[in-house]
Amino acid sequence: MGRKVAQEVAVVVTERAPVALLFLVLMAASSFAQAATLPVDNVDLFYHRYDGGGMEIDGPVVLARKSVGPQVSVSGQYYVDMVSAASIDVLATASAYKEERTEYTLGVDYLYDRAIMSLGFTNSSENDYEANTLYFTVSQEFFGGMSTVTLGYAAGWDEVGKRGNDSFSEEADRRNYQLGFSQVLTRNLLVGLDLEVVTDEGFLQNPYRQNRYLDPNDATAFLYQPERYPETRTSTAVAARAMYHLPYRASIRGEYRYFTDTWGINAHTIELGYVHALNQHWSLEGSVRYYTQGEADFYSDLYAYENSQTHLARDKEMSSFSGTTFGTGAVYEWKQTSLPGIKRLQFSLLLDWLNFDYDNFRDVTAEGNYLPGQEPLYSFDALVTRASLILEY
Amino acid sequence: MIPERVSVMRKLTIIAPLLLALLLSATAGCSSVEPWVKPYERDRLADPIMSLSRHGKADSYINHVYQARESARGAEGGAGGGCGCN
Repeated sequence: MGRKVAQEVAVVVTERAPVALLFLVLMAASSFAQAATLPVDNVDLFYHRYDGGGMEIDGPVVLARKSVGPQVSVSGQYYVDMVSAASIDVLATASAYKEERTEYTLGVDYLYDRAIMSLGFTNSSENDYEANTLYFTVSQEFFGGMSTVTLGYAAGWDEVGKRGNDSFSEEADRRNYQLGFSQVLTRNLLVGLDLEVVTDEGFLQNPYRQNRYLDPNDATAFLYQPERYPETRTSTAVAARAMYHLPYRASIRGEYRYFTDTWGINAHTIELGYVHALNQHWSLEGSVRYYTQGEADFYSDLYAYENSQTHLARDKEMSSFSGTTFGTGAVYEWKQTSLPGIKRLQFSLLLDWLNFDYDNFRDVTAEGNYLPGQEPLYSFDALVTRASLILEY
Repeated sequence: MIPERVSVMRKLTIIAPLLLALLLSATAGCSSVEPWVKPYERDRLADPIMSLSRHGKADSYINHVYQARESARGAEGGAGGGCGCN
């Protein structure tokens, strides 16, 4: 099988693309449990590992939070992704590689009456990508503390580089708008609605990835060309979730999210979770998540000829696929510890098994002789390990 | 394309505060309705097993994993909430 490669370059993953979004979520999540009180002083030590689809990513996260007087809390976070990449995107057109991404975040929360305002800044850096994000949210509790509204805004400025090409420099700007509403319905039931709109502008594709088209001179072969994305994208996501305390000490959780964007991608996410307390220290949990999306308007696994349309993409993340996750975890919680200076300790070990099945993304690295467009469809699975130790002081 | 994006952003900047104002005024109109779950009835809601962000950074990390592998993004949760028990 004569597979021709037009240009051989390294390929990076998209680990860093949604930094602005991640931190808006991260920051908002920290205010979920106690809307009108400042987050508790704590140190959060977290190790993460992702292993699957030829990718190994692991690293530590350290977060420290300290209050300054009764109304202000400051926090700092250090986050590392150590990446060893030999995914299908890399192997199709280049060689495996290693890289590291580091991220710093500084944040401040201000409590005023029943509202919390949060402001923060994040810098994410790797050898070919730099991202800066500024975020602001305000969360207001009302109706006797039964209702909470949260408004969030984040702005991100990314600089995209390319290894081996010092003159390559592109930019991408991102804006996130978030509106959240949550309501206590009964003494056992919490419900929430979230809306988030994200707009991107600039260089939104991956400078290393390519797409393929049929070789006009050889029907048994294909050639590669650089991908070309639109320069703007706006997406909207709406989610509803509910959490219920069962008659014994356990909770169930259900979530649904609908997603749509201006590239023609629609997606649905459904998640169910269960937490079971064994005793005052130990609890076990399990979850199931199902995700499905349609492909972008301009996506194709194999274009008929070179430059056949304005926008070209063969990223599997732009294709039609579905994914299932089974999650499990154990948590040890120790309130009023006898450790000096530590009021509460929590240790968690969480394991998630992810599986993705692609409907229109073929495995060009598959063994055997296949005509272009007749290779087996790609699928992969991954194991995500999370271990965290939270110390409140 | 840029004017279109500016237009979307401008609309959002206007719509978001309007929605909040609408929500707040709607609840003001319901002043005869008292909060029916009293603070002393919120012990179960305050239990850590009822928190969506119980694992700290570990919770936001898994969203990061999905965002890198799926096109969908946003509304992962965490906005709002609160047991009102403080």
